[in-house]
Amino acid sequence: MNKILFSSVSMKFVMALAGIFLLLFLPVHLAINLMLLKNDPEPFNSAAAFMSSFPVIKVIEVVLFAALLIHLFYGIYLQIKNLLARPVRYAVNTRTKVSFFSKFMIWTGLSILIFLVLHFFNFYFIKLGLVPGNPEDFYSHAHALFKIPAYNYIYLGCFILLGLHLFHAFSSAFQTLGLNHRIWTPVVKVLARIWAIGIPAGFALISLTLWVSR
Amino acid sequence: MNLTLKIWRQKNAKAKGGFVTYKMENVSPAMSFLEMLDALNEKLAKENRDPVAFDHDCREGICGSCGMYINGHPHGPVPAITTCHLPMRYFSDGDTIRVEPWRAKAFPVVKDLIVDRSAFDKIQCEGGFISLDTGSAPDAGSIPVRKRDADTSFDAAICIGCGACVAACKNASAMLFVSARISQYALLPQGRTEARERAGAMVAGMDEAGFGSCSNTGACEAECPKEIKLTNIARLNREYYKAY
Ligand code: SF4
Ligand code: FES
Repeated sequence: MNKILFSSVSMKFVMALAGIFLLLFLPVHLAINLMLLKNDPEPFNSAAAFMSSFPVIKVIEVVLFAALLIHLFYGIYLQIKNLLARPVRYAVNTRTKVSFFSKFMIWTGLSILIFLVLHFFNFYFIKLGLVPGNPEDFYSHAHALFKIPAYNYIYLGCFILLGLHLFHAFSSAFQTLGLNHRIWTPVVKVLARIWAIGIPAGFALISLTLWVSR
Repeated sequence: MNLTLKIWRQKNAKAKGGFVTYKMENVSPAMSFLEMLDALNEKLAKENRDPVAFDHDCREGICGSCGMYINGHPHGPVPAITTCHLPMRYFSDGDTIRVEPWRAKAFPVVKDLIVDRSAFDKIQCEGGFISLDTGSAPDAGSIPVRKRDADTSFDAAICIGCGACVAACKNASAMLFVSARISQYALLPQGRTEARERAGAMVAGMDEAGFGSCSNTGACEAECPKEIKLTNIARLNREYYKAY
């Protein structure tokens, strides 16, 4: 049984499923964040309140955290195994032309993790009461954060990295799930580009607008 | 052409290896890479020095034994050919060529450029076959097969087990090789019967041998001398999930 659950193919399968779940969560988060662009704090704050109180969302939140942790730990575990699969490296670096982004998934992934830790300190831990702050008014809190240049630099940098991660992640997940099709795979590849550019661009737009405004 | 060769020399599996530089003069552009190495070995033998050990057999791109890592490319810089088919005219006068053996935990170096690829044989023994009594060949066309399936199966079956996919992969993964074997059988009625057991057993064999996992990077497809496609890996994944 363990042989099946923890075979390389099964672990990639679970990683892909968890990854797709995370991919689907991004536009939801973006849609809520776009309310930050309104002058009225009410819609954003009530959306945030809804997200932290509605029971179904609570369940999804647990799944989301599980997905994140599984994706993270499986990713690191497989990366270590992959490094061990070639104990002696080549003297000449590879000259094979491959998809550029796929080579750096572990690094783009880990930098996103650093951002997430920051993000948890800034928002999620306030909600849990672990860090001082007013969980009822994340709108003003977010606006204040986006006034700090350093915060914007980190924020923008991380979303560029997220875009690079998504560029490979989206279509790679489909391949791992065995979903390959003469007609649909090219469609998935286009969708992947839209996701990889659109989502980070949306988040970046919020950061830039709030930074520059007022 | 005059060339500088930097070739990995290693006495045996345990010894510490290193690059040794050889000057080659008057290399004909019409020679294959292996013939150029033959010329080098002749020279070394005349000088009473140990010739460079490299694997070769058919010298016509079908046995898969001549793999070596040339200037950062398995089987050299020209796509879709094996080292034995690589003509020297693709190099220029004055070039420095670095030659290394395949690097993978599952392919330990035996000597110089020769690695032990028996890990592939072990994976093959796990299920890369059809359990039928072999009688005489049946009449062609006695079992109907869709043309597209027959073609895709054949395209997978031409994998020569050379290991360039492993050598090219940043994870030293054998997924392209295994997927070619699984596809070759899974698409044909005779192979379908054992498709489930085969996928499970071959993946287990692959993991056990110490190959890495697939990150869909595509280096294998880019370097495979037989142009085995990544779509086979998607099929392997499908077959594996169906198995459980
Ligand atoms: S898939 Fe291609 S590179 Fe890999 S062993 Fe077969 S022929 Fe060689
Ligand atoms: S020697 Fe047989 S493939 Fe090159």
